[in-house]
Amino acid sequence: MQKNFTKEDYRKYVEQISPKSKVLRNVVRAFIIGGLICIVGQFITNLLTALGLKKDELSSITTIIMIFLGAILTGLNIYDELGRYAGAGSIVPITGFANSIVSPAMEFKSEGYVTGVGAKMFVIAGPVIVYGVAASVVVGILYYLIK
Amino acid sequence: MSDKRLGTQTIKLENPPSIVATASIVGPKEGQGPLKLYFDEIIEDELWGEKSWEKAESKLMRETLAKILSKAGKSPGEINYIIAGDLLNQCIAANFGLRESEIPFLGIFGACSTIGEAMGIGAMLIDGGFADHVVSITSSHFCSAEKQFRFPLELGSQRPPTAQWTVTGAGGVLLSKQGTGPYITHVTIGKIVDLGIKDSNNMGAAMAPAAADTILRHFKDTGLSPDSYDLILTGDLGSLGKRICAEMLEAQGYPILDHYNDCGLMIFDREKQDPHSGGSGCGCSATAFAGFVYAEMTKGSLKNVLFVPTGALLSPTSTQQGESIPCIAHAVSISTSISS
Amino acid sequence: MQSTFMTYLGAFIVGGTLCAAGQVLIDKTKLTVARILVIFVTAGAVLTALGVYQKIVDIGGAGATIPLTGFGYSLARGAFRDVDQYGLLGAFTGGVKATAAGITAAIFFGYTISVAFTPKAKR
Repeated sequence: MQKNFTKEDYRKYVEQISPKSKVLRNVVRAFIIGGLICIVGQFITNLLTALGLKKDELSSITTIIMIFLGAILTGLNIYDELGRYAGAGSIVPITGFANSIVSPAMEFKSEGYVTGVGAKMFVIAGPVIVYGVAASVVVGILYYLIK
Repeated sequence: MSDKRLGTQTIKLENPPSIVATASIVGPKEGQGPLKLYFDEIIEDELWGEKSWEKAESKLMRETLAKILSKAGKSPGEINYIIAGDLLNQCIAANFGLRESEIPFLGIFGACSTIGEAMGIGAMLIDGGFADHVVSITSSHFCSAEKQFRFPLELGSQRPPTAQWTVTGAGGVLLSKQGTGPYITHVTIGKIVDLGIKDSNNMGAAMAPAAADTILRHFKDTGLSPDSYDLILTGDLGSLGKRICAEMLEAQGYPILDHYNDCGLMIFDREKQDPHSGGSGCGCSATAFAGFVYAEMTKGSLKNVLFVPTGALLSPTSTQQGESIPCIAHAVSISTSISS
Repeated sequence: MQSTFMTYLGAFIVGGTLCAAGQVLIDKTKLTVARILVIFVTAGAVLTALGVYQKIVDIGGAGATIPLTGFGYSLARGAFRDVDQYGLLGAFTGGVKATAAGITAAIFFGYTISVAFTPKAKR
């Protein structure tokens, strides 16, 4: 059996007959939901501006509120349904970052509050912080050297 | 060579053991699927009163064993061996679910093919004269499998169309030396086959060559043909894997499509239940067999069945290390009569 | 009024486009979610360093800061600000300082919500 198919042949054959993701449909959904989440963010920013907050506080407080929204929707078992529909539309915004922290923390609660919740909280989002912070140090150093 | 062997990989059981009882318990989603009337019990929620998914899966295993024993009117002391396995690390569903069973225990791992492996070993133990009664049982649980192999349940992620849906359920059989059938007549133990598929969201394509390899071997070893069976039933290849398996066998001169189905396609309604490519997991073929196949065989509407559970022998670690997916399939030939 | 509408439109289009780009990566490359998030945050930091992302923020507002590229933008911008103020040390303090609110909120809400709620099976 195996003699008839090289691995390369088989990979190509499988690729050819595998049903494809409906890319266009998914991209449109991601665009709309992602855009709507950003409109919510913009609305919060505008609201806070109207309340007279300073620019520095503005972005921090907007972020905190958006993260809270992402976290609570995850807790209420809603964000996963949103994600099933929107794909990247709900993964890429900061609410998705919150979802990626809350969901493993909830899932691994059965392994305890320290080794479960505490340790597993960053299994998905951890790399984002690692690479984000590392990138900021690298560009910071480069900026210092070039300046 | 042993006179019980045929060809290179098949065993012909001299005194075919009888399947005297089966039981199956499934989750709510499976309980809404096309096979719902065949299951003994449908649990109302996936936790089933337990504190974790893993404990719930152990309970599935434990309660399925209890049902098998009560249906057969046997006490645990009469069972010589229980052969069981599941998908969790170190097979904890079986180990913990059966720890109070007081029955000599053989834990095995064959991923989703485990029920085939367990029935095959059980049949050999009985035919070899080492046992009179053996229980073979396997389980899987959607939530514990997602947690171990994929992502947390509440993570908002999409699955590609080739992904499969792990069945929540446990199924098992009691094999006995004496009985009125259906009988296990042949067992073809499969080889590990790996054609280099790395995508753990496309297990059907990874497993199909293993299924085709074992089925082909079974036909060559026994001299039987696809027409010898009313039903050739693979484990959990899903729609894509089923197509590949059938095409591969057809290319070898064994067209099976007239008698062919896949447990992963039978257990869910693909239109309404959105399982993507189909069901999967140790519980998929186990519950489909213990429920549907056994009922139809005892009714007489199916007489000869080739049951071929399929398994993808991967782990999250091997996937992260970029390994391809080694796969396996075992064929168990079951017949309502042993005239031949 | 006109300008408010334009702000929302900008946020929708820029945010939507960034998410659509993420979706193309998911469907076309089979990259895992974690990898895509890493790519986005790193790309945000690099584009900020190149001076490109500030322009996107000017057009998109929250549409550019809410997606994870905006997290990279905040990290990089914080690093630059602190380098201006404290020299090389700033490269090590600026990023986390600028994103402290977000990271702390994620940990705090992540913990409290996960204690309060339990996961539910999908069907």
